[in-house]
Amino acid sequence: MNESPAIEAIDLTKVYGSGNTEVVAMRNASMTVRRGEVVALLGPSGSGKSTFLTAVGLINPPTSGRIRIGGHLVLDGPLAQANLTAFRRQHVGFVFQKSNLIPFLNARENVQIALELNDSSPRAARQRALELLEELGVRDRSENLPSMLSGGQQQRVAVARALANQPSILLADEPTAALDSGNGRQVMELFARLAHEHGTGVIVVTHDQRALSVFDTIYEMEDGILNLQPKEAVV
Amino acid sequence: MNLALKDIRHNLGRFVLTTIGVGMLLMVVMGMAGIYRGVVEDATLLIDRIGTDLWVVQHDTRGPFAEVSRVPASLVHRVRAVPGVRDSREFVYHTIQRERDGKPFRMAVLGLSWPSDKGDWVPLIAGRPLAQNHFEMIADVSLGVRLDERLSFGKETYRVVGITRNMISSGGDGIAFFTVVDAEAIQFDSSGEAVRLERAARKGRGERSEIGTKQPSLVEQAAKPSGELPAIARPQISAVMVQVAPGTSVEQVAATISGWSDVSVHTRSEQAEFLLKGSVDKARRQLGLFRVLLTLIAAIIMALILYTLTLEKIHSIALLQLIGARKPVILGLILQQALMLGFGGYAIAYLLGQRLFPLFPRRVIVTGDDLLQLAVIVLAISFASSVLGIWKALLVKPNEALS
Repeated sequence: MNESPAIEAIDLTKVYGSGNTEVVAMRNASMTVRRGEVVALLGPSGSGKSTFLTAVGLINPPTSGRIRIGGHLVLDGPLAQANLTAFRRQHVGFVFQKSNLIPFLNARENVQIALELNDSSPRAARQRALELLEELGVRDRSENLPSMLSGGQQQRVAVARALANQPSILLADEPTAALDSGNGRQVMELFARLAHEHGTGVIVVTHDQRALSVFDTIYEMEDGILNLQPKEAVV
Repeated sequence: MNLALKDIRHNLGRFVLTTIGVGMLLMVVMGMAGIYRGVVEDATLLIDRIGTDLWVVQHDTRGPFAEVSRVPASLVHRVRAVPGVRDSREFVYHTIQRERDGKPFRMAVLGLSWPSDKGDWVPLIAGRPLAQNHFEMIADVSLGVRLDERLSFGKETYRVVGITRNMISSGGDGIAFFTVVDAEAIQFDSSGEAVRLERAARKGRGERSEIGTKQPSLVEQAAKPSGELPAIARPQISAVMVQVAPGTSVEQVAATISGWSDVSVHTRSEQAEFLLKGSVDKARRQLGLFRVLLTLIAAIIMALILYTLTLEKIHSIALLQLIGARKPVILGLILQQALMLGFGGYAIAYLLGQRLFPLFPRRVIVTGDDLLQLAVIVLAISFASSVLGIWKALLVKPNEALS
């Protein structure tokens, strides 16, 4: 396993509003994820998990703190140190609970578009998309629209898209919430396998206690405070 | 990958129906311009086809097309005597409305100055020009008559010997060509009772006058048919057409004739201008206003459709932004759809128009310039109508994909 960090989040704080309406959603949250490491992020609703995820996903910059991705300083507080859209495209993959896919594109096109947006040629992007779908076991559904896929198949396609540009970090927000336990476990195992094979750091926000054994590291967030949890104590 | 096409493919039925709707609207816009062209073409077609140099009409009138003109038939001979005039001909022109098969039958009656004018210049699609002084006619196909059909007007019956196409009056009625004598007979036809009453009145006036009392034979003469009376002039004609001799200045001949106090003289271009600046100009402005309104309505409808299509794609747009789509990709998606909607509608408008416009009661002439102009308008409204959708798309943040 490559030990250089896929992402370093250092002292991230996010404050919404000001004065009497000020709310601190995240306070001095720090996390380092190595390449190939699979991290679970636990915590009750409203604890700040999504705030952390959108901050490290370069969608919702923190009020203060720094973010390094693949060794590059990307955010220093709210100030972007790089083109965030381009950086997100090249280095960050996303998987969500549901509605992950673009409904008017079929499974292959949903993966292919991520590659084309990163300047791959249509032919190369198509080939790579089919390879990823093959790897994720949904090649036979490549020409189906999302509405014709099961929840598990949709998540596999979403994972394929997230990995398309070989990102440094893959962020997943409750990816198994809409799946039954069997499919949920399979998806979690998939993350672990792909993270190790592709050398991608993975952060998964989850409530699903049943699949925690697949994670290398477990964090818990409560009231905006991020704490590392000993795996043995949680699993 | 063309996202606009993929999205359209996903909502094909709705997009096609919308495009047809926009197309029909654009067809009406296209038709408005075509109707105007048709009105102008119809108004000036006869003047251009007749090709005469000067029109001599009733004094202070702008006849015979823009308003009623009456001049004596003898004016033809006076005009012919003017130096520089090669030929002068009678022109009789009026519109009649009769009934045929229980329906109104309107036509413009045009008299040809037989025998010098047999209608050889009239473009025929079937039959032949006039071959005799009476009881023959050439009719436009829009009148719905057939070759060799016999039609009765007044007390006479006329045989259709020639058929024309697109010979329409400025009022949109098909033109029928007769000899001047027949055209006058149709115009001044009176019932037997009216003739008898007129003759009785004439006789009565004669009997009450001193000369009638002293010379009873004059009263007897006055009671005869008007055609047998030397003192009663032939019916008046609408105008005299003048052909100027080669090498002679049209202006010079016009200046000579305009010196006469009982007539006015107009050139061919002046005649066309009278029509275009008169009733046709009002039609042009009316059609132009409708066209502007319809174009605005088309733009508003397109904008609303594109805005709705964008609203439905908000999540997809957010998702695209999240995976790193640049702004031009998002803008291109909306703009391309606007252009596809606009030009799809334009193509439908053109194809529908080609089939429907010939069925209109008046001619609809769509020129290449009009098509080009509409294409530019469609391009402009496609851009304009996409602004609302683009504005909405630009407000979308990537984190909306998470909700």
